[in-house]
Amino acid sequence: MEQAVVKTGKQKSKIVKLLFDLTFWRGVIAIIVFLVLWEIGAQAKNWFGFMVPFVGKLAPPTDVMVRWVEVAGWPGYWESWYLSTGRVFLGFIVAQVIGIPFGLAMAVNKYFRGMFFPPFEILRPIPPLAWVPASIIFWPTTELSIMFVTFLGAFYTIVINVLGGARSIDIQYLRAAQSMGASQWDLFYKIILPGTLPSIFVGAAVGMGITWEVVLAGEMISGGGQQGGGGLGFFIWSSYMGGVMDQVIVGMISIGLAGYISSSLIRYVGHACMPWRRMF
Amino acid sequence: MSDQGVTGQGPSGLYLFFYKTKKSLKTPMPYLAFVGIGLWLLTYFLLNEYWKVFPFYKLPGPVEVVTEWISSDPIWGTSLFTEDYYINIWVSCRRIFISFALATGLGVPLGLFMGWSRKFKDYTFPVLETLRPIPILAWVPLAIVMFAGFETPIIFLATLASFFVTALNTMLGVESIDESYFRAAGCLGSKRRHVFIHVVVPGSLPFIFTGLQISIGVGWFSLVAAEMISGDFGLGYMIMASYMVNKYTTMVMAMLTLGFVGWITSAMVRAAGNRMMQWRERALGQEGA
Amino acid sequence: MNTASAQPVSNPLAGAKTKGAISIRNVTKVYDPGGVNVLAVEDCSLEIAPGEVCMIVGPSGCGKTTLLNAIAGFHSITSGQIDLDGEMLCGPSKPLADQGADRVVVFQNGALFPWKTLVDNVAFGPVVQGTMTKTEARDKAVEMLVEAGLSNVAGKFPGEVSSGMARRAEIVRALINNPKVLLLDEPYRAMDGLTKSIMHESLLEVYDRTKVTIFFITHDLEEAIFLGDRVIVMTTRPARTKKIVDVKIERPRDYRLLSSEEFRVLVEETKEAVHEEAVKAFEAGERELA
Repeated sequence: MEQAVVKTGKQKSKIVKLLFDLTFWRGVIAIIVFLVLWEIGAQAKNWFGFMVPFVGKLAPPTDVMVRWVEVAGWPGYWESWYLSTGRVFLGFIVAQVIGIPFGLAMAVNKYFRGMFFPPFEILRPIPPLAWVPASIIFWPTTELSIMFVTFLGAFYTIVINVLGGARSIDIQYLRAAQSMGASQWDLFYKIILPGTLPSIFVGAAVGMGITWEVVLAGEMISGGGQQGGGGLGFFIWSSYMGGVMDQVIVGMISIGLAGYISSSLIRYVGHACMPWRRMF
Repeated sequence: MSDQGVTGQGPSGLYLFFYKTKKSLKTPMPYLAFVGIGLWLLTYFLLNEYWKVFPFYKLPGPVEVVTEWISSDPIWGTSLFTEDYYINIWVSCRRIFISFALATGLGVPLGLFMGWSRKFKDYTFPVLETLRPIPILAWVPLAIVMFAGFETPIIFLATLASFFVTALNTMLGVESIDESYFRAAGCLGSKRRHVFIHVVVPGSLPFIFTGLQISIGVGWFSLVAAEMISGDFGLGYMIMASYMVNKYTTMVMAMLTLGFVGWITSAMVRAAGNRMMQWRERALGQEGA
Repeated sequence: MNTASAQPVSNPLAGAKTKGAISIRNVTKVYDPGGVNVLAVEDCSLEIAPGEVCMIVGPSGCGKTTLLNAIAGFHSITSGQIDLDGEMLCGPSKPLADQGADRVVVFQNGALFPWKTLVDNVAFGPVVQGTMTKTEARDKAVEMLVEAGLSNVAGKFPGEVSSGMARRAEIVRALINNPKVLLLDEPYRAMDGLTKSIMHESLLEVYDRTKVTIFFITHDLEEAIFLGDRVIVMTTRPARTKKIVDVKIERPRDYRLLSSEEFRVLVEETKEAVHEEAVKAFEAGERELA
């Protein structure tokens, strides 16, 4: 009996594969070119004596790096990270806790959906940030008002995703389960819930991005609270007010990093919760 | 021999609309919607105006807002009948049109090339993905520093947000096209440009339009934020300004108007998408969706 | 137009089409998904005469589609050579054949462009090749669709018509280009028995008219014998020719053939070989290469 599969030695490790990957190197080149252009554009005034439009007014990457090393030594900087991240996760979790059941209820029960979806849809187009002043009036503390707006942002996203995901579950799965004697609870817990998990995670990842935007906006608009660093949004805004542009860019990159890390975390949790998707 | 048989058309347009409406009236859905919205308005009214529950009473209730809105001599100065209401709406809308047009005009071609050419994607995608996680509002100080005046930074921010979404979704759209369509085009004798025009562009349209709907939502989001922080006109500014001087009724009016206008622009994009993707509409119609 | 009288395969020069001879010689194909080599086709040789209906039968995932892909120019071959009418399609110096309208494919799950009407789909080939103007192509497309019995739905989109109609339209789309070879990759796989039998009659009718070389992959034995001039049974992966069955039944053929003695004998002859390979494939339990 002949071998249909011919193995050519050990599989290469992931890192070695990466180093040989053309895509990877092209990306590296692209980023280097980007940084170089930025550096030249920003330094043009000093080096060549003429101002490049737009880019010329920015701080060059070298200044940003230097500033970042400096800032990393300030406790206030890390406190901003902590504050912003705390706000994001709190608002995010509340949104999931309320949004997922709400979405599932609407998906499962058409009367519930018929009643509650219209008001939901009417309020949804109002951008969460438009709620900020109303929220400040309503809630006793600034912290709670930011949290509420954050919640709103993530809430809409997760509900829409859950609704879409649950409704797209192939009805065959439900029928198969019923024919094997599943109760209503079984159907929900063992078919609808796992079937909606992918959409829940997509909604969560997207909602996470929106949450960061809203927290940032909230911190910038409402002064970021009185205690400590006030959050990364406050960090950026006060750096701007102080005219320290390279610090502003440090803040921008920090918050971008924070957002990326949180989204990756969600994706990672998603992979762990959905082993059946790991087929490739 | 009549040639009507060759292009058999089903019901369409207004007739279809009335038919669908008539059918839906027989289900409980519209009535439930009525009840749902009514319930919400009632709760809103009771909490804010009638019982004046804390802290709800600090915000104006529905009756208050509507009376102000339709009054020809509003207490707080803005209503359907005042000029500044429409100026604010117009300014915001104009900004959205410009930023959306820019974002789409730049984002769709970029996305198409990124999906079409591996090489191009390798060079452009990493830079995009590095910049994308940075929240749009973090760009505010940079925008103010780079561009002069009020208008340009605001449009820049709204465009940036929409651009990322559009480019990404377009790229995903191209990548989602089934390999068989490319092969079919190839074995029928197409050159590369034919494949681009006849497969890549139409094939990615569904994703492109999903992206456009998200993009206009994101555009509004960023526009409102930018207007609230640094604006001089527009609905976002209107909200902030009326808040500052305690004109809460006007503030709520602005919020609701914003929601309404946002919904209309979204619906316009959706409608445009449906028009351009006739084949989907008709196929879905066959399934009775 | 030539008449629909029966043309025995052994006299190709008597038909209207004398082109479309495929020569597959010692073709090997090795896939390399993620560093692990998989031998899909090993040293396969096959000669297909012009105007022949050649049916390829074998268990799922044995590599039959690989051969089709190599002929069509979708994948390269690792070694060996494939010629069309004496000219090299792919070989040692050129592992990947060019795609072209002389070898048109009809796909397993259908690949009519969903965003074009049936007419525009059919007209696509001539238009992009520049052999006809847009109006000429559309007129010809309508004509051919009417001939195929699709006059009522020609103006519709693929999403609006049944799969049987869509598949027929796809075949028309291929034929309008006057190809030398028609490559069909299990086109009727997802259809019910009744639709399938109509598809078969339709294909036979088309073949009797045009005498195009047909390279047809299927796992339906009866389909293979009903339609084909020769049935090539392939082994399970790596694919090699296991058995060749000549179907010397005269054309034109119709459904009455299915209950005839000749037919039954041929099915029996082929079944044993196929069954053996199917069992091997089942026990190997590998994921379909398809």
